Amino acid sequence: MDNRVLDVKNLKLYYFTSKGTVHGVDDVTFHVNEGETLGVVGESGCGKTSLGTALLNMPTPPGKIIDGQIIVDGKDILQLSESSVRKHIRWEKISMVFQGAMNCLTPVYSIEKIMLETLRQHRDGRDNQAYERIKKYVNLVGLSDDVLKRYPHELSGGMKQRIVIAMALFLEPKVVICDEPTTALDVVVQAQIINLLKELKTKLGLSFIFITHDLATEAEVSDRIMVMYAGQVAEIGTNEQIYGSQGSAHPYTQNLLAATPRLHKKIEKLDFIPGTPPDLLDPPSGCRFHLRCPVVMDRCKKEVPPLKEIESGHMAACWRCY
Amino acid sequence: MSDVILELKNLQKWFPVRRNMTQVLKGERNWVKAVDGISLKINRGEIFGLIGESGCGKTTTGKLIMKLLEPTAGQMIFKGKDVTYLDKEALSEHKRNVQMIFQDPYASMNPRFKAREVLTEPLLIHDIGGSRTARGEMAAKALEEVKLTPPEEFLDRYAHMLSGGQRQRIATARTLILSPSFIVADEPVSMIDLSTRAEILQMMKDVQKDLGLTYLYITHDLSTARYFTDRIAVMYLGKIVEMGSVDEVVDNTKHPYTKALISAVCEPVSGKVNKMKEIPIKGEIPSAADIPPGCRFHPRCIYAESECWEKEEPELEEVEAGHLVACRRYKEIT
Repeated sequence: MDNRVLDVKNLKLYYFTSKGTVHGVDDVTFHVNEGETLGVVGESGCGKTSLGTALLNMPTPPGKIIDGQIIVDGKDILQLSESSVRKHIRWEKISMVFQGAMNCLTPVYSIEKIMLETLRQHRDGRDNQAYERIKKYVNLVGLSDDVLKRYPHELSGGMKQRIVIAMALFLEPKVVICDEPTTALDVVVQAQIINLLKELKTKLGLSFIFITHDLATEAEVSDRIMVMYAGQVAEIGTNEQIYGSQGSAHPYTQNLLAATPRLHKKIEKLDFIPGTPPDLLDPPSGCRFHLRCPVVMDRCKKEVPPLKEIESGHMAACWRCY
Repeated sequence: MSDVILELKNLQKWFPVRRNMTQVLKGERNWVKAVDGISLKINRGEIFGLIGESGCGKTTTGKLIMKLLEPTAGQMIFKGKDVTYLDKEALSEHKRNVQMIFQDPYASMNPRFKAREVLTEPLLIHDIGGSRTARGEMAAKALEEVKLTPPEEFLDRYAHMLSGGQRQRIATARTLILSPSFIVADEPVSMIDLSTRAEILQMMKDVQKDLGLTYLYITHDLSTARYFTDRIAVMYLGKIVEMGSVDEVVDNTKHPYTKALISAVCEPVSGKVNKMKEIPIKGEIPSAADIPPGCRFHPRCIYAESECWEKEEPELEEVEAGHLVACRRYKEIT
């Protein structure tokens, strides 16, 4: 339980735009254990990707991390200088598979050159070693060596995604953040990538943070799930606590699950959540979900519900749980 | 119910591949066979789903039905009339009857247009409505149909002032304004947030019931198809491999490709984290420019035997009432 590889405390990432301050990630606390996959789910604009970039301490401008701690190996990386984060943290300890990264491979470089370039930024070693290392990781993600000589346009979407995953792995980080790694892929390829991530988790003992908007994919890959709404954590629980027969605790999670179409169950009428997510320039008072919540109470409109531990490892931010 | 509104007979669309000089001199021609002979019947008032991976020809089929593309061969019958080749006037009439909802509600709307202009443009093109006020009223009525009320509040908004769900509602209203009888919906909810996705599908279903429309729902997502459609056809490399009522195809799958697709779908239930997913399929989808001989699925099929690639391609055959499969060995593999 207590071998945490990543500990995030009260993280706040705000975007300072000309229209005002956008509360992208607002007071988020969580941790990741060794060898587990933490899923981060939420609708678009709920701060999932902002959270991912914050963990690498590279928020997209005009975003700034204004408060909080990100503790890796006992050190708060937000206190480190940019150059030492570059040298010791980014890709060495935490790496990220960005959304759509597979479409950003330089088209005029061969895969080998793309991968060597990244590797050389961190390790100088003779060509031989570097090449061996790349080969090892390309094989690890289920590709043969000859893809190294090829160019991105010669590879299929699934193969490119594997390359991007290999590139996130080859400096042997402890935590790999995957931002929607399966979204642009076909169902069959999606399932193959999911299998690959599970295999890597057991083989290398890695921890993953798996960011997606799809609750169904999350159920397949994540040991624990963190549901985000409007920049805040709505619920954290184990796979069983969120998807199991007992049901999730937060009305947002419950509604999202009820809105997900199922293949093996004929549903006459799907539920949906009325309205749209709130504007984070001016988040609503009290619980941020209260405008769309079906079980809203007076208290929800005024007071912000803090996360409450319902049972071991299961937390929800809802006044109904008190 | 068995009133057929649209029938496709062996419809084909081949795109020529650019040739180099040697190929021109040798007289070689290559084709990308995007749609390679599909036959289906869609009944009036039903929602028909066309399922497949990217590149299988499902969008091309939609465009052929919209008459945005000319078919290479085959026949298309709409409301009892042959519409395979049409002159300009008949084409305009056809386009009034058949409308399309596009995938991306952000790209399919002119950012400089207000909702009013987006909605009245089809009327101007087809010269309907007469006066400006009459057209405005029609636009307001269309907005009411898609539950954007009060319409006055939305008519003067630009696309950027609307959420994704609202845009897709306006896109639906735009197709409805010409009172079509057939709507091609190409992945209408794939870009929409999960919480509103069900709402849009519900709205489309309500509109369909109220106005007696027929939908062709093109998607790669079997889960929404299960919820939304009555019948589905599964396409692979330009051909239909399995077709039938959605319950029948999902619960009583016959074709190995459909089986692989179904096994790959994720479901939001617990207890699957520590298990590997079994995906009964090999390799990757071949290029539509180089379709394998025999059954086109055989290189990826885990059940394939010599007859699958030696004999000619299997045709769709009826295995149960209304359930068609194009596989030689479906009996042995179930």
